[in-house]
Amino acid sequence: MSFKHDFSRGIFAENPTFRLILGMCPTLAVSTSLVNAIGMGVATTFVLLGSNVLVSLFRKLIPSNIRIPAFIVIIATFVTIVELIMQAYFPALNKSLGIFIPLIVVNCIILGRAEAFASKNPVFPSILDALGMGIGFTGALALLGATREILGAGTIWGYHVFGVGFNPVIIMILPPGAFIALGLFLGLFNSLSKKGKA
Amino acid sequence: MIFFTKLFIVFLSAALIHNYVLNRFLGICPFIGVSKNSSAAFGMGMAVIFVMTIASMAAWLIQHYLLIPLNVTFLQTITFILVIATLVQFVEMVIAKISPALQQALGIFLPLITTNCAVLGLVTINSDSNLSFIESIVNGLGAGAGFTIALLLMSAIRERLDLTDVPECMKGIPIAFIIAGLMSLAFMGFTGLVSQ
Repeated sequence: MSFKHDFSRGIFAENPTFRLILGMCPTLAVSTSLVNAIGMGVATTFVLLGSNVLVSLFRKLIPSNIRIPAFIVIIATFVTIVELIMQAYFPALNKSLGIFIPLIVVNCIILGRAEAFASKNPVFPSILDALGMGIGFTGALALLGATREILGAGTIWGYHVFGVGFNPVIIMILPPGAFIALGLFLGLFNSLSKKGKA
Repeated sequence: MIFFTKLFIVFLSAALIHNYVLNRFLGICPFIGVSKNSSAAFGMGMAVIFVMTIASMAAWLIQHYLLIPLNVTFLQTITFILVIATLVQFVEMVIAKISPALQQALGIFLPLITTNCAVLGLVTINSDSNLSFIESIVNGLGAGAGFTIALLLMSAIRERLDLTDVPECMKGIPIAFIIAGLMSLAFMGFTGLVSQ
């Protein structure tokens, strides 16, 4: 029950992407490049933080049989804020993330944390939980995004990493590459965590 | 006639070329979660087709008769998710009243659909690409059909996969993603189907 545990849980032991397998749609869709992956990760973390704080503040006021609609309205409010900020200040990122910005509303990580953690805990642990989960999600997206960008385009953060002779594996930045890369990463993490236990 | 051709192209495009699961990455959670056996996959597919078609209609009407006249389109996301959640609840109650058998079949899948990003994605895409009322409905129907096709194919493959010798660490979800990747590769072959 330590604060440190609340924070670090989301990054490793209960990493939302690789361990809990939540929030797969944005993970697959926006990991075409490192920039997109980080942008999406930060936007999701912001929504997660906002919704965890509000849900935790109102946890005694929201009647339990209408809690899910109430959580969804809170989440949708923060997503709308992110949408408007993106449109105003990051039009290029907004364009490449496209429909997946409004779809943060239905990201199961956010509703999952509201239901499983914030609705039962005080504000401070909820903030730590949101930050840990957000960093875990962003890290996983960045790992996948970087891998796909290096293999599929031969660049990282837009800079070329290989010489001119490099022939990019274009399939990696197309939809099939997303599924295959994620499948291989999940397998890798499975075998690593098995080794850790043995 | 041109009208029908256009509708047919909208349908094909939603069902095959831009398949919501394999090309647009929408609705991955049920795609992986409910694809362990074919009968559950079929039930889920039917429920999704049903909800997507009705949600397209409702969202279009609300968008054009409420949000645009009142000039509050920035509330789109909040409105749509509430409309979908209410609609799913309403559909569930109506089905329970008129057809208990159908409710038995679709029952457990309906609540899951609220958080299915394919439905919210669909109505957002409908409004972003300025489809007409009829086109929206056809797009919803096509998206649902595409989802069902992908889900049924996946469940058939996974039923066989249970009998094969998969490396320990790849069992279950990791291998399902690799299969989805191969299916997505196959669906890319539909890209040239409609030449504009």
